[in-house]
Amino acid sequence: MDYFIQQLINGITLGGIYALIALGYTMVYGVIQLINFAHGEFFAAGGYVGVILLSYFAGRGLMETHPWICLGMSFMLTMGYCAFLAMGVEKVAYLPLRNQSRLAALLSALGVSIFLSNALMLTQGVFDKPYPGELFNGGWEFGLVTISYLQVMIVTMTIVLLVSLNILVFKTKMGMAMRATAQDKTMSALVAIGSNRIISLTFAIGAGLAAAAGIMVGLYYGSVRYDMGFVPGIKAFSAAVLGGIGNITGAMLGGLIIGMVEIFGAGYISGQYKDVFAFIILIAVLYFKPTGIMGVNVDDTRV
Amino acid sequence: MTDPILELKDVHSGYGSIKALKGISLRVYPGEVVAIIGANGAGKSTTLMTICGIVKAERGQVIYKGQVINTLLPEKLPTLGLCQVPEGRRIFPRLTVMENLRLGAFYRKDTDEILKDIQKAYEMFPILGERKNQEGGTLSGGEQQMLAIARALMTKPKVLLLDEPSLGLAPIIVQQIFNIIDRINKEDGTTILLVEQNANLALQAATRGYVVETGQITLEDDSTSLLANPKIRAAYLGE
Ligand SMILES: Nc1ncnc2c1ncn2[C@@H]1O[C@H](COP(=O)(O)OP(=O)(O)OP(=O)(O)O)[C@@H](O)[C@H]1O
Ligand SMILES: [Mg+2]
Repeated sequence: MDYFIQQLINGITLGGIYALIALGYTMVYGVIQLINFAHGEFFAAGGYVGVILLSYFAGRGLMETHPWICLGMSFMLTMGYCAFLAMGVEKVAYLPLRNQSRLAALLSALGVSIFLSNALMLTQGVFDKPYPGELFNGGWEFGLVTISYLQVMIVTMTIVLLVSLNILVFKTKMGMAMRATAQDKTMSALVAIGSNRIISLTFAIGAGLAAAAGIMVGLYYGSVRYDMGFVPGIKAFSAAVLGGIGNITGAMLGGLIIGMVEIFGAGYISGQYKDVFAFIILIAVLYFKPTGIMGVNVDDTRV
Repeated sequence: MTDPILELKDVHSGYGSIKALKGISLRVYPGEVVAIIGANGAGKSTTLMTICGIVKAERGQVIYKGQVINTLLPEKLPTLGLCQVPEGRRIFPRLTVMENLRLGAFYRKDTDEILKDIQKAYEMFPILGERKNQEGGTLSGGEQQMLAIARALMTKPKVLLLDEPSLGLAPIIVQQIFNIIDRINKEDGTTILLVEQNANLALQAATRGYVVETGQITLEDDSTSLLANPKIRAAYLGE
């Protein structure tokens, strides 16, 4: 039982992180029907900018005196950086192909992914980069169950981000405009909504969330690597498909499920297969219910 | 007469190799209701979409209030007072009635006025008030047409382009819609350019009309003259 609860806690932590990444896939798909293969790279970039900033703060001893401010600053700056990176990528690699076939943009996304990942390798090296170690050590122990402070921080942060996103998308004027753009770009233009601006904003938000997830993963596993975007990227993509691509609530749910399945699969079946479970789910969803849990039908995209 | 508020000068446009408009010229004066009639595929909707910049004019000019607008981005035009209710109404199906109305005022910053205008819309179309939290896609055709018009009014248009507002609606609803159109024109002084397949209806509502055939204007006259014209009666009034 203790083991089960421990796994549950670990699963929620990981699932939340996947949910954050999955949102970027699903939102971008919602507004322009593009699977942004480069999305995982924003996550990786986030992990790196995070480690650079935190190491800088730690090196100055600021981590000891003002840990929360340093952490908050690192999250904000990293998310901002990745948001701008994503808007740049969108302008350069996707905007010019907007009226071309979808395949063109898809190939462009693959190219961007390879480019960004190599840029990260060339500038940061091929070896693991450790996160400053002394952050958030310790935790609460309930018998055999341990909840680390880090897990609490990650889950809280995830909840804050997910709730903020929901408010933004479902309660604000910008969110309305985003959903309108996803539903009908011509009509949006007829009521003065410039779709390019909204699309840019969507990329920025998605990348910002992925960047936050990047720092969380870095903190959680203790280090980052240039190719860290690949596997979590595909898992988060699976989560988005599982939830119904284009559907925001679906992506959150899908992320949580994939995280749980991975942790429980690793815990009860085999740790060596932990990366396989997400793909089994992806294949099963595509086979049995390609529209996902929340999707209505494939053309019925929603943000 | 004064200067036209909207003018098309020899406008050509189309979809890739398909030339839909082959030199359309027309003028709409402030406060007028002008009708465009024509058969299926004549280019009526393309004319409105070209005015709104959704379809790019390949040749010629679209001039609004003395300014050439066919070089502007389409999303700029509603902010200048030019708005279209497109064919098929194009309600945002998964936004609520209220959200659809709110987005009509997307570019406006006057929050208090916007809320008042939404209330006005509910007074003009009480059914929309009753349905305000319902998704647009669940409304009936008539309700959607009302919402589409109300949404367009939220942009505070000076010139309103209407594409087949009677399409697929029961006669009694059509009557309601045309009463509203008349009110918008008379009470707010909004200029209206009306596209209709139902020529009889359109010419009764309008003071002047243009006849479009295969991308060109073939006739232009007062509504009364057009209604009396034997050719028009034969081709568009089903006689
Ligand atoms: N998106 C499009 N792609 C290609 N061709 C188009 C497109 N839209 C319209 N056309 C073509 O342009 C021409 C004019 O079409 P348009 O929609 O303007 O006609 P219309 O007068 O509005 O007809 P209707 O009364 O049936 O609405 C037609 O030949 C049509 O096939
Ligand atoms: Mg038409």
